[in-house]
Amino acid sequence: MIEPSQLTEFGKVFIYLVMGVLFVLFTFFLGWIVAVKRPNPEKLSSYECGEEPTGSSWIQFNSRFYVVALIFLLFDVEMVFIFPWTTVFSQESIILAEPRWGWLSLVEMFIFIGVLLIGLVYVWKKGDLNWIKPEYTLPSGPGRIPLSVYSRINDETYVVKGFSINNERTADPVLSGEIKPVAPKPMFRPQFKKP
Amino acid sequence: MSLEIKSEDGGIIITKMDDLLNWARLSSLWPMSFGIACCAIEMMGSMASTYDLDRFGVFPRPSPRQSDVIIIAGTVTFKMAERIKRLYEQMPEPRYVISMGSCSNCGGPYWQHGYHVVKGVNRIIPVDVYVQGCPPRPESLIGGILELQKKIEKESLLKS
Repeated sequence: MIEPSQLTEFGKVFIYLVMGVLFVLFTFFLGWIVAVKRPNPEKLSSYECGEEPTGSSWIQFNSRFYVVALIFLLFDVEMVFIFPWTTVFSQESIILAEPRWGWLSLVEMFIFIGVLLIGLVYVWKKGDLNWIKPEYTLPSGPGRIPLSVYSRINDETYVVKGFSINNERTADPVLSGEIKPVAPKPMFRPQFKKP
Repeated sequence: MSLEIKSEDGGIIITKMDDLLNWARLSSLWPMSFGIACCAIEMMGSMASTYDLDRFGVFPRPSPRQSDVIIIAGTVTFKMAERIKRLYEQMPEPRYVISMGSCSNCGGPYWQHGYHVVKGVNRIIPVDVYVQGCPPRPESLIGGILELQKKIEKESLLKS
């Protein structure tokens, strides 16, 4: 004769849960007893990959990141479904067994992609794909150099001389005598008064 | 891992508490995921499947709070020295340092003219094991870890 168990099935689950929690707590307790505790301000500072933590960690992210994550999910799910679909779609054994299978799966996939495309069009229309673009402003300040000077420098074209090893010496305008070397700059020369 | 085991027909093991703790500690030496220069490539290689440091219980941790050993794998510049010091301070005791490669041992190729290199990481943190080489082969790093295990074996956590 089989005696009915004193424990219900839920009771077994309850014991399992309690034992699991106790086991983890006991391990933590052991670690707490054994661990060496030498706290100091440097050790207690938050870990920032070795950098000195500055500022508050409660900073705000641009909420557009969430929109980007959601749109990514749109295409991600699309990919996750299409990859297994391609393996099933091209199976000849299924098509031999049921000739309409190929058309059915193809139409189904078009409907699926169509629904996702509607989502993409919606997002596009809403303008969520547009990122905030930086605005360029010309700096204005008390500088006395007019903008035309800058533009003259920027628009200046430089003559590119051809290079060849043979006529390197002769092509040099300074060495060949076409341009006279610039006179040396006036510099300080010590003078001594002769007695 | 010479845990002094007195086994009674298999089943009961009698040992000292110190030995048990040391055995547990040296069998799970968790280094910090921290590499500075080319030695770190060798370190990654020795952690990967070919050399498989995991069989010694060496498994990199992403945080200094969970790690026992920091492997200084690479050139310690003055800019990095500050960070290394802070990371070392943030590790819980008992903590160990393996200096891997010539650069962190003594400055390596930068020993004379490297104006930016700390001439040995032992100038900022105490080093337990030096691994020579430029960069050391994974076998050398494994040897260094075995040396560190021998060192831990002789320690006494309860008496200190």
